[in-house]
Formats: sequence, structure tokens, C-alpha cells
Amino acid sequence: MYDLIVFLPLFGFLIAGVFGPWIGDRASEYVTSGFLGICFVLSWIAFFMVAGGADAHVPVANWFTSGKLDVAWALRIDTLTAVMLVVVTTVSFVVHVYSIGYMSEDPSKQRFFAYLSLFTFAMLMLVTADNLVQMFFGWEGVGLASYLLIGFWYQKPSANAAAIKAFVVNRIGDFGFALGIFMTFALTGSVSFDQIFAAAPGMAGKTVHFIGFDWDAWTIACLLLFMGAMGKSAQFLLHTWLPDAMEGPTPVSALIHAATMVTAGVFMVARLSPLFEQSPVALSAVLIVGATTAFFAATIGLVQNDIKRVIAYSTCSQLGYMFVGLGVGGYGLGMFHLFTHAFFKALLFLSAGSVIVAMHHEQDMRRMGGLWKEIPVTFWMMTIGTLALTGVGIPFTSIGFAGFVSKDPIIEAAFASQRFGATYAFWCVAIAAGFTSFYSWRLVFMTFFGERGQFSSWMPAPAHDDDAHGHDDHGHGDGKAHESPLVMLVPLAVLALGAVFAGMAFRHEFIGEGAAEFWRKSLSFGPENDILERMEHIPALVSLSPTLAMVLGLVIAAYMYLVDRKAPERLAAMFPALYRFLLNKWYFDELYDFLFVRPAFAIGRALWKTGDGAIIDGLGPDGVSARVLDVTRGAVRLQSGFIYQYAFAMLLGAAAFATWYLFGGAR
Amino acid sequence: MSGSWILSSLLILPLIGAAFILMLPGDTEAAKRNARWIALFATLLTFVLSLVAWGRFDPSQSGFQMIEEHDWFSHAILYKLGVDGVSMPFVLLTTLLMPISIVASWGIENRVKAYMVAFLALETLMIGVFEALDLVLFYLFFEGGLIPMFLIIGIWGHGNRVYAAFKFFLYTFTGSVLMLLAIMYMYWTAGTTDITVLLKTAFDPKVQIWLWLAFFASFAVKMPMWPVHTWLPDAHVEAPTAGSVILAAILLKMGGYGFIRFSLPMFPDASLYFTPLVYAMSVIAIVYTSLVALAQENMKKLIAYSSVAHMGFVTMGIFSGNAQGVQGAVYLMISHGLVAGALFLCVGVLYDRTHSLAIASYGGIVQRMPLYAVAFMVFTMANVGLPGTSGFVGEFLTLVGAFQSNTWVAFFATTGVILSAAYALYLYRRVVFGVIEKSNLKAIADLSPREIATLLPLGLLVLYYGVHPQPIIDASSASLDVILRTFEQAVTATKTAGL
Repeated sequence: MYDLIVFLPLFGFLIAGVFGPWIGDRASEYVTSGFLGICFVLSWIAFFMVAGGADAHVPVANWFTSGKLDVAWALRIDTLTAVMLVVVTTVSFVVHVYSIGYMSEDPSKQRFFAYLSLFTFAMLMLVTADNLVQMFFGWEGVGLASYLLIGFWYQKPSANAAAIKAFVVNRIGDFGFALGIFMTFALTGSVSFDQIFAAAPGMAGKTVHFIGFDWDAWTIACLLLFMGAMGKSAQFLLHTWLPDAMEGPTPVSALIHAATMVTAGVFMVARLSPLFEQSPVALSAVLIVGATTAFFAATIGLVQNDIKRVIAYSTCSQLGYMFVGLGVGGYGLGMFHLFTHAFFKALLFLSAGSVIVAMHHEQDMRRMGGLWKEIPVTFWMMTIGTLALTGVGIPFTSIGFAGFVSKDPIIEAAFASQRFGATYAFWCVAIAAGFTSFYSWRLVFMTFFGERGQFSSWMPAPAHDDDAHGHDDHGHGDGKAHESPLVMLVPLAVLALGAVFAGMAFRHEFIGEGAAEFWRKSLSFGPENDILERMEHIPALVSLSPTLAMVLGLVIAAYMYLVDRKAPERLAAMFPALYRFLLNKWYFDELYDFLFVRPAFAIGRALWKTGDGAIIDGLGPDGVSARVLDVTRGAVRLQSGFIYQYAFAMLLGAAAFATWYLFGGAR
Repeated sequence: MSGSWILSSLLILPLIGAAFILMLPGDTEAAKRNARWIALFATLLTFVLSLVAWGRFDPSQSGFQMIEEHDWFSHAILYKLGVDGVSMPFVLLTTLLMPISIVASWGIENRVKAYMVAFLALETLMIGVFEALDLVLFYLFFEGGLIPMFLIIGIWGHGNRVYAAFKFFLYTFTGSVLMLLAIMYMYWTAGTTDITVLLKTAFDPKVQIWLWLAFFASFAVKMPMWPVHTWLPDAHVEAPTAGSVILAAILLKMGGYGFIRFSLPMFPDASLYFTPLVYAMSVIAIVYTSLVALAQENMKKLIAYSSVAHMGFVTMGIFSGNAQGVQGAVYLMISHGLVAGALFLCVGVLYDRTHSLAIASYGGIVQRMPLYAVAFMVFTMANVGLPGTSGFVGEFLTLVGAFQSNTWVAFFATTGVILSAAYALYLYRRVVFGVIEKSNLKAIADLSPREIATLLPLGLLVLYYGVHPQPIIDASSASLDVILRTFEQAVTATKTAGL
């Protein structure tokens, strides 16, 4: 059964990718979506089986063995994997179906569905991996699929640039991941999870030598591995690719850049919890990076005007929350938020896609407004997603939308934790909760309320900048918006169910009293890890703080975008430097361009022209051969056409000679 | 002894084909056609025969197999052939790429007969390098390969071909003169040039230093290692497509093969002594040439610099002195043979249509050439070392090997993983993606069946060996273990002496 879950999408990819031109668009869509439907059903069955205690290990084949390095293809099915299976196949299935509607006018449907299935296969390999190298296979595989899908509309230069950026920035993370694998192998002599985890406690406190310094063994290994997680999950410093990745079709943003691939880093840290438990320093790093990302991405989200970019920064920020959950040692907290976030963030993205289609591929919120009457279903879906994301619920209970049940405990845990950096993390995530509420409601108000084009006066003239348009440029959102077809709305409804109920339905298992029985050995808690217990004893005001921040954000957003519509402009004019700083995303792209991109090309050119050209060739062959050439050029011209025949005559002579001796010797 | 004819037959078969072609009268269209078919037939037959040899090869044995031995000169220099786990994969790589190169050369119209003869002679010499068990015989094959390659670049190359050919010749010939001196010295000391005997001869560590350096001069140029790599980009740019394929896929591997066959086991103390030097040159090669590749404006030069960077991984792996490093190096060489060969074929496909190698003359060709875009993507990803392609396994193993030996080296070499993604995808984007704006690309045709026939086998192998690399690793591991043991003994001896 597990083989089927993992490999059906691969077959879907092969059928749509290789035979697509023969079987046609319809068949490609149905085959890939149908396979994903089967995976979806099987995954939920697997989820309940594993939750009931039926872990599994499915060996597939040997990959490679070299010396004592032994790498297998095998599926490791435990609770952690089962959770990911459910998340991946559910969102992927929903997105496949939704895409039938969303991509209906695109000429390259087979390619699109093939890529979607390829992505799903790689993601499933990642979450079922039995060892670090297989995980790396899935890790880079999803990177490839992401690259192909971001650059799906290859005619657009911006899409191509974004695709390369995503791949290369992820490779920077993978640089750390790879070194982490080497380090783990050097320490334990194995890359298989079972053996690493068994060896981990015995090596606590051991030091290793790495690039000139002595390090605590697991601290350096975990920090290197975490660098991979930072790249894949778009954490602070390695986040720059994620907003640009929105160049891809919107279903891709929902599947890859919100619900699944970007959460791979969170999954990785949870999977390696037996290692991270050995290193408080590494966990502090996870905590601080996560908290910083949660805060920083939320600040940028406050002022963006592209509907998808707002949600992208929101994703970045929410991933930070998950890492805060992991960093305080609450692996279940992080995984729970991953689980619920997948539903409501996919819902927000697909709703945004529905808005974009309704607006004829317009993504700028300043050109929208008043849409709720024209596309009411989409409006309600978006509202449900927003309620879930901002964490609406009844304080001191577990009754509320998914984000309330999973996000608020992370904020509480950050307060309760004694870990270095926890206080900083608490303030970051608590303030970010208010920002989250503000930008989410701002999105809803700008898009669905008021009048069409109510904020278009903010736009720099001329208003027809072309990168806001989709690939097919047929309208500027002036006409009436139309509600999306059922094939797109039903998937939204499915996700909306998750956004409302996923939190309440699974709280008990993920982070409640049933957690120990639910996760069993798939998450590891050291003897000193008492985070869940500490969370019981926090002040009431702290428990209330996320809800307070949420209400505050909502009220301010409502005032600025519903009541006094001139307020945003006034505020921006009051703090022009801060506004530009946020609007330009803290100037990270410019900084990296200046620090890395330009120097790399400049150094490359200098090494080529000066290093290879002037120094090596100038002192070496050119100096010598210039003389030789002077002499021989004449000779070659004289005999051109004959010299090679002499050479062959010589060669054949030598061969004949050798043959003669050969037979002579054999006698 | 069964199979005692098979290795010689691999050498002779291409020559028989060449002889048939030379007997063809005139320079008519019929003669050209016949020359092509004879060459294809001869190389295919050689390939089939090498598969037979592969079938008879026993990977569990560490020593040489299918040995043939005949006196040649005064009982000292032998005609002695044999293969072990290190050489067998290279023989197969050679015989596989030859028919593909012949098919890729179908469009050559200028001096077809001579062209085909040159390639067939080259095949004999290349197979000879990997089969020779006598040092002088090895030297003859090793240097003899220069002549046909020199002619292929000089006669059938483009533009500045004479400069490139001479640069190629000058570099490689300088290196080989030193190797010849070392071979003469070894003959005077050991009284034989039989490689199997020399492998058991313990040279004085002080002498080893000089011998190692002499061999190194030749192998480093062939690899090529930084800073003696500058002949390669020029040679590639001027060479015809098939010449580039063979150059990148086979000729570059002779240096790495030489290090494993001679430097490590015959001069273990010197190898240990010079490891820091090799590491430094390897790491510089990886970082330096990757950055240079980023700045290239010519497709072939970019891939050539990328080859130098990959060969940096190979030398790093070989001198890491552990199983992962050395097995990874062999694997990476085989994989790079398939991948770089295929990439040069891909460039050739475009060159045949537009006669330009400049990256700037392309853009948006995916619109007209979707099949080509897929093929190019597969090989680009293999070049980048994406897991699931053969490129990953070799890079990964060499890095694992290096990490255990020196973390600094692994640290800097791993940055190559980032840079390779940057230059390879940047190339792909500029050539394949975007919108067609050049008028001569508006009607460009997708892959022809003949081109598919050259690229498809390589693509399938790259993917197959990415998922199931064990056959190649297993073939070489027994032989490599013996070599590594010699090396480890030297390491232990040095450590004890140091205490």
C-alpha cells in the first residue's frame, strides 16, 4: 500500500509527461488526478492505521554501497510520516482537481500536470525517507519540480529569473545539508535514521574538528542540517526566493510554496528530533531564526499590494512560528501548526487564485475592491481562511478555527520555555500575531469591500505595468468579475472544512493528552524536555495575548481600509523611510545582489580574462607557442592535406608491426 | 585460457574498419556513405565485443583478467593486455561513445574517409590505454591518442583551430616527455616494464617523489587540473562535435585513470606526501573554474570549464585515500563521460542548425524544440548533480571521502554544488527559455531521429545509473580495495615513523 502511495504519482508523471501528446489534455488531467485521488484515500487509511500503532518499514531496493557507507531505498512509515502523507496527498489531490479549472485556458496542460505529479512523488519520497541521503533525493527532487513550475511560463523573464533564484538559494541551504550529512556519517558511520538515532545519545558532549575549530559534535551537525531547512523553508536570510516564486501558477503556490514543500524544513527538524535534543544550542538557533522570520516576514506583509505576495510573506512568517514551536522543544506543536496551516494556507492561495481568475489575471489589490457581491463563494472561502490564519477562537478553550488551536499554543510555549532566546521569541511571535491579523484583514478589505479600484490612486502612473499581468493578457479587471466553476470551488470547500475543523479534531492527538501515544517514537523528547508541562502554568494574560493582538490588528485594519480610507496614505507619508524599507522587503534583494551576485560574475570574468588569459596562458603556452607557431604555420600551409596521411601510415605500420610480433610470439 | 583473444580483438576491430575505409576508392558520395557505415559497423561490433568481455569479467576478483602476454622487444618490453575493475568500466565507456560519435558525425562532408579513419584509430588507442599492462605499451597508446585528436581538431575544427590544436599538443606533449623519463628510470631500476610486476615493486620513498612528479605532470595536464587547464576550453571550442564528445568523455579520464593505476599504488608514500598539493589544486579548480564558467558567453567553453570543475572533484576523491573517495572518483568519471558527452552533443545539435556557439544567439528555442529542451534539461540536471541522476552519486561519494580526510577541502568543494547550479541553469535559461526573437530560430527544427538515437541511450543510462549505480561501484570495488590497502600501509608507516 505504501509503495502505491509513493509511486503512483511517479507513474502519473511518466504517463502525462511521456505519453501526454498522444493521450491528450483530458486524459492527462484525469490520470494524474485519479492517481492522486487513490493516494489521498490510501494515505488517510494509512494515517489511522499508523495512529493505531501500525508502523511500517518497506524496503524497496539498494541504492548504493561504498565502503561502510550503505544507502538504501526504503520507506519509513511512522506517525510523523503518516501526518505528512495526509497533508501532502490531500493538498496535492485538491490542487490537481482545482488546476483542471484554473489551467483550462493554458496550452501546456500535460506538462503542468506532469510536473505537479513529479513534485508529489518527490515530496512523498522526502517524507517517507529512511535515511538522510534518500531524504536529500526527495529534497532536491522537490527543488527541481519547484524550479520547473515557477518557470512554467517560460516566456516571462521574471518567471525564469525567479525559478533560477529558487533553485540556487535552495542549493545554498543544501550546501549545509550536504555537509551535515557528511558530518553525521563521519560521526556515526551511517546515514540511516535508525542507526543515527541509536548512536546519538552516546555521542553527546563529544567534540569534533571542523574547518579549523573544535565543535560540540551534534551542535555542528544539527546547525549544518538546519541550514538546509532554512533554505527549503525560506527562513530569515535564505527567504528571498519564496516571494519571487509567486511567478508560478497559483495552484503551484498553494501546493508547493505554502502547504508542502516549504514545510519540509519543519519536517526535517522534527524527524531529526533525536539529534536536536542533544544540542540545546542548535535548538536555540532554530528558535531564534524562526522567531526572527515570523516577525520580519509579517512586517513586510503589512504593506505589499500584490495579493499573492501578501500570502507568500504570510507563509514565510507562519513557517517561522513552526520553527519556534520546534525550537522550544515542542515538536508536536510545530508539526500541528504545519498540519493545520497546510489547509488554511492552501485555501487562501486557491481563493486568491479564484480572485485572480475572476479579475482576468490581475493580481494587484489596488485594482480590486467590492468583489464580495460578484464572487460571494470565493469571498466566504477567503474569509474562512483568514479567520483560521489569524487565530479566531474562544480563549482558555480549545474551540476555534484551526490556526487558533495550533498557533496560540506556540506563542504560549515560547513564553513558558526556559531556552536561551525564548523571551525574544515570545515577543516576536506575539507582535507578529497582531501583524498577521492586520495584513490578512487588509487583504480581505482591499479585495472584497468598498469599490473597484478604490486604491488605484496609489499606483504609480502609468498604471499599466506589465508584470502584474498573467501570461495571457486579456483585460485589466475593468469588466465584471465572474465566480469560478465548481471544479475550482469544491476543492476550496474541502480545504475550508480543514481550516475550520482540523485544529479542534486533532488537538488531542497532536499536542494534547494523547500526544505521547500518538507520536510514540517518531518524535524524541529528552529527559529535560518539559515544555508541555510548563505550558500548563502560564499567566492568563499570556494566554489571552494572541487573541488580543488578533483583535487589535483587525480593528486597525478595519479603521484604515473600511472607515478612513485616506489613513494608509497619511501613515505612509508620516514614516516614508520605514514605509519604503518595508515595501522593498528590507532591501535584501539589493543587498544580496551587491554582496554576492555581482561579485560572483565579476570575479568569474576577472579570473577568466586575467587568471586564465593573461597569467596562465601568457606565461605558459602562448609565450612558447607563439614562437612555435611562427615557424610551423608555414610548414603546415605547405603540406596541408598530406600530414595526416603520413601519421596514419605511421600508425598502421606500428599496428602491423605489433600484430606480426604478436603472432610471432604466439608460435 | 578462455577469452585470451578478446582484448586484442577490441584493439584490432576498429583498425580493420579503418583498413576497409582506406581501401574505398575515390571521394564520391557513395564512398562517403560507405565510409560512414563501415565506421558505424566497426564501432558497433567493438561495442558488442566489449559487452562480451564485460560478461566474462568477474568483478569479485581484484587482479587483472583476460590477460594476454607476448614478448615484444628483448623480453623486457611486453605486449601485455588485461583488465581489472578500474579499467573495465572505461573500456565500456569508450566503446559505447564511439558509435554515438560516429552517428553524430553523419553530417561531416569534408574528407569523410580520413575523418572516420582518425576516429577508428583513436578508438584503438583509447582502448589500448585502458588495457595495456606494460608501461611502454601504455605510453605508446597514451601519447598516440594525441595524434588523431590533434588532427581531428586541426583539420575538421572551426575558426581558430590551428591555435587550439597546437596549444593542446604543446601542453600534453610537455607533460608526457617527463613521464617517458620516469618510465625509463623505472625500467632501469626494476628491470621490466610489466605493470603487474611494477605494482609489487617498492620504490624508495625519495625516488617516489620524483617519479610521482613526472607522472603527475602528464596526468595533471590530461585531467586537466588547474592551472594547466587552459588548453581544454580552446580545444573544445574549435573541435568538431564528436571530437568534443570524445575529448570530454574519454581523453579527460586518462589522467584520472593514470592516478589510480600508477600514482596511488606504485608511489604510495609520494602520493601521501603530495596530497595537500592535489587537494589545493582540486579545490581551486572547483571554485575557480565554476566562477569562470559563470562568466562564459560561449556554450562549449562553459561546458569545458564545468568539466574542469568536475575533474576537480575526481582528483580530490582519488587522493582522499578512502573507499568512498576513490570509488566516487571512478564513478564520477564514468558519469561525467556520459553527461559531458551528451552536453556536447546537445551543443552540436544547435551548432549544426545555426553555426553559432555563442549563448547570445539563442533564446526561446523551447517553443520550437520541446524534445530538445527535455533532453538538455536532463543532462543539465545530471551536470548539476541532482540526486536521481548519475552525476549525484559520484559527487556525493567524492565529497564524503574528502570530508573524512579534510573538512576544509570538503567545505570549499561543496560550494561547487551551489556554483554549478548557478552556471548550468543560467546557461539553460539563456538558450532554451524566453521568447524566440532571432529570425533564424523562428523555423528551427526539433531533434531528428538520428539525433534522438545519439541522446536517448545516454539519457537512459544517466537516469538508470542515478537510481541503480551499484553495478559500476561493484565492478571497481575489489580492485580499488587492493590499491587502497597499499596506500593505507603507507599512511600507517608514515604515522609510525612520525611517532
